[in-house]
Amino acid sequence: MEFSLFPRDVFAELDRLQREVQQAFEFSPSIRGVGRRGYPALNVGGTHQSVEIYAFAAGLDPATIDVKLEKGVLSISGERKAQLPAVNEKASVHVNERFAGRFHRVVTLTDDLDPNAVQAHYRDGVLHISIKREEAAKPRKIDIQ
Amino acid sequence: MNQDQTRREEPALLPPVDVFEDSTGITLYADLPGVSKDRLNLQVDGETLTIEGEMNLAMPQGMEATHAEVSVPRFRRTFSLSKELDTDKLQAELKQGVLKLRIQKAEHAKPRKIAVQDG
Repeated sequence: MEFSLFPRDVFAELDRLQREVQQAFEFSPSIRGVGRRGYPALNVGGTHQSVEIYAFAAGLDPATIDVKLEKGVLSISGERKAQLPAVNEKASVHVNERFAGRFHRVVTLTDDLDPNAVQAHYRDGVLHISIKREEAAKPRKIDIQ
Repeated sequence: MNQDQTRREEPALLPPVDVFEDSTGITLYADLPGVSKDRLNLQVDGETLTIEGEMNLAMPQGMEATHAEVSVPRFRRTFSLSKELDTDKLQAELKQGVLKLRIQKAEHAKPRKIAVQDG
């Protein structure tokens, strides 16, 4: 068979192309801000009480994920093994898009966080790190006397 | 049908996949981080296979996004299957956001060695 048995959806491909073009022109907010092509993809959000980081890294063993917080920089690293069959086996690869290999991403954090109040959970392939803000940095209501 | 059409219009991310084939069938891996089993929808309609999943992230109340590389909470991808694949024998397994699909080839499509006879 000459072509893939799983030809890609044309509209989905156009959609992807459009997203990639859009991302290519996007402005990176930080010197460490790998805006595109970074693995895993990261989302960062915050509340008055905490900063929440989500790393979209499916299929990992949580014991092998290395999360470090040092001087206001959070780093996430690990390795994802390829699941493709070995070349000598009687198998052919039609599509190979999933990331494989070592990864390392860093996030520069604000300085109002408490390095002793970090929680990390890994569920459904998403690593969720929650870091509490320092007591002194939380918004307070000031009583007028 | 109508509901299905409106759902199709919702923007969705294209999950990266690996697809390989051996003599007995096709194996597909798809990255669907954040999708749990109950939010995964696999559908075979004729020769079209659709993988669809909604992400379910635990987010604290009042969270504001400051940086988002994943901006749509949904994955969708469709594949055209071919006739020799037996969609009745479809095995699916979702583990830590990775979907593994195994589609067997129909018996008649499996490779056979043909004996050449003296003639």
